Amino acid sequence: MVTVRSHTLVVLVEDKPGVMNRIVSLFRQRGFNIDSIAVGHSETPGLSRITLVAQGDDRKIEQLVKQLYKILEVIKITDVTDDNPIQRELALIKVTATERNRSDIIRLVTDVYQARIVDATPDSLVIEVTGSPEKVDSLITMVRSYGIKEIARSGVIAMARGARVVAPAAQPVVA
Amino acid sequence: MAIETRERPRVSEEPQREPQLGAHLVLQALVREGVEVIFGYPGGAILPVYDALPYYPIHHVLVRHEQSAAFAADGYARATGKVGVCMATSGPGATNLVTGIANAMMDSIPIVAITGQVPQSVIGMDAFQETDITGITLPITKYNLVIRSVDEIGPAIQKAFYLARTGRPGPVLVDIPKDVQLTKGFLAPRQELNLPGYRPTIVPHRRQIRRAAELIRRAERPLILAGHGIIISGATEELVRFAERTQIPVGLTLLGIGGFPASHPLCLGMVGMHGHAHANRAIHEADLIIGIGMRFDDRVTGRPSEFAPNARIIHIDIDPAEIGKVLKTEVPVVGDAREALRLLLEEIEPLEHEDWLSQIRSWYRPIRTEPSGPDGVLQPQYVIARLHALTEGKAIVTTDVGQHQMWTAQLYRCDIPKQWISSGGLGAMGFGVPSAMGAAIGRPEAEVWAVVGDGGVQMTLNEFATIVDEQLNVKVAIINNGYLGMVRQWQQLFHNRNYSETPISSPDYVLLGQAYRMPARRVTRPGEVDEAIQWARSFRGPALIEFVVNQEENVYPMIPSGGSFRDMIDDTQIEGEW
Repeated sequence: MVTVRSHTLVVLVEDKPGVMNRIVSLFRQRGFNIDSIAVGHSETPGLSRITLVAQGDDRKIEQLVKQLYKILEVIKITDVTDDNPIQRELALIKVTATERNRSDIIRLVTDVYQARIVDATPDSLVIEVTGSPEKVDSLITMVRSYGIKEIARSGVIAMARGARVVAPAAQPVVA
Repeated sequence: MAIETRERPRVSEEPQREPQLGAHLVLQALVREGVEVIFGYPGGAILPVYDALPYYPIHHVLVRHEQSAAFAADGYARATGKVGVCMATSGPGATNLVTGIANAMMDSIPIVAITGQVPQSVIGMDAFQETDITGITLPITKYNLVIRSVDEIGPAIQKAFYLARTGRPGPVLVDIPKDVQLTKGFLAPRQELNLPGYRPTIVPHRRQIRRAAELIRRAERPLILAGHGIIISGATEELVRFAERTQIPVGLTLLGIGGFPASHPLCLGMVGMHGHAHANRAIHEADLIIGIGMRFDDRVTGRPSEFAPNARIIHIDIDPAEIGKVLKTEVPVVGDAREALRLLLEEIEPLEHEDWLSQIRSWYRPIRTEPSGPDGVLQPQYVIARLHALTEGKAIVTTDVGQHQMWTAQLYRCDIPKQWISSGGLGAMGFGVPSAMGAAIGRPEAEVWAVVGDGGVQMTLNEFATIVDEQLNVKVAIINNGYLGMVRQWQQLFHNRNYSETPISSPDYVLLGQAYRMPARRVTRPGEVDEAIQWARSFRGPALIEFVVNQEENVYPMIPSGGSFRDMIDDTQIEGEW
């Protein structure tokens, strides 16, 4: 039984030029679509942490992981999908706000979603929301009727719960 | 003529006192990696390296097209087991290498491609002869890099060679901007490479070996499929011992030819699309497949769902990404083929499979090698069979891609590794002549035959000039059937005999040979075959024989693309049509 589902991969890579290109190119070569990709520094100097979200059945994702490992700068890949990881995304949403509905929007955003208003003009508001991708989706759905001018989403980052860490196992190779 | 008269100073082991141009450091780094031969073509962005070249103990072979430089480096690597090196300028020089690099990638061949690049000050400005060659070759190299400063030259070249030849070998491209070649600096000493993301598993996990041994013990109809990995890891001796001890027959992939002696009683010959019928039938009936250093390519498996339907699978490969890629694998063994076989030999006791072996023997039918077809015309299979007989199976044989390639794979029965050189994964026409050049340079003592078709040879016959310049012991055997033969065969069988654009004309190869100062002959009748082959063998140096053969001869047996063993077309089935 082949079940296609969303996989969240945490990829630790050497922080060198061209590495993102190699990773993204591999997805393209192998015909995978990337739903989300977010990159930043990790706890280890010289290592970047990429969180990747892609759709696929387990076997295809396993193949993808193996192919990713062939990229020289990839140190470690962990599929955290089945670990119920903490997943967070940041979004900035600019909505149309009128005199009449402004207070409705503010109440909805702050009370229900614990989001913040980070900018206001006479005819617009910028909402900053952090949370699971579902929460961000939900907020966007709710404010859509007011008129969305612009959305910027950071892509998902993920971390396993509890003591488990995604740590590199680095041993230099002697040539 | 490329005869070296200039005295070539040895590279001193002494630390340099004075800074030197990057171009010199590039060549010093290459010499340090053991490079003796470069196949290349000069041009603006690599000129500083060419300027320095005469001062180093490196033999440069001037090819007539950069594609041939990459193919020749590939042939050199396959024939010697060393890393092959090709070099080209930026832009068109670099892009002309692409087919050869892709070929090396698909067939896991260690080559290092050195390309010149426009100066860094104009990179990204669409400068004259600028291309983003690292971007272009990203998916077809094991690794590639741009050297950004003169200090990086030593480490980058060391890294390139290390990556090319270790683990699963492959092509590495090093792009060197012209300003780096023209900047003075010092060659960093060879040092420990810090490659935390690159740790190929050489010695397999003992538990997986035990599990494999257990399956092998229990199997009644086991079969080994031996691939290129056997040759790369030098595992022939271990494979022979393992097959003999377990009495398991061995089928070879196209690139596995030579990895297990064809004359060994346990050898079934080639498997796959044009594999021997008994070998493919053995796969179909097997209850255990042990794939070693092979990747279950679609030319081997046909339709994967119907491949070896009764078999469990053990897959031994150094590249974990190959395991489970095509077929569900019961026991994955990640590691070097030779190490895996050594461990398996420690684990396994002698076995018997007499019933299974005699069953396979009962299916055996030789590939037909009659001298002439229905109209008395020369049959191509006969040519290959005679070539095998007269060279006693000892020549290095390279091929292009197509019918002649399959006939040679079927009938030139290789007994030793590094004897069979053919473009497998990429299936690149034009590979035969330049790869023969590489083989002949790498193994000057060898007799090298480039068996090529009239289609493929016209893609790289400009290299006759290189062969003559270098006076290589390369004998070119053109199997001329006036068609792009394999495509025509597909048109005949699957496209209602619509021979769209497959008839192809040829030059007069005998005159062409003369034009290139290459002794040449034409053979049209079976009675002339032996004499012509013996003539070519009677002297050292280049020779060309054109064999004019039966135009519409087909390669059989054949399993249609994406089919299964059950769909096999055998020559007996179509005999009535002729």
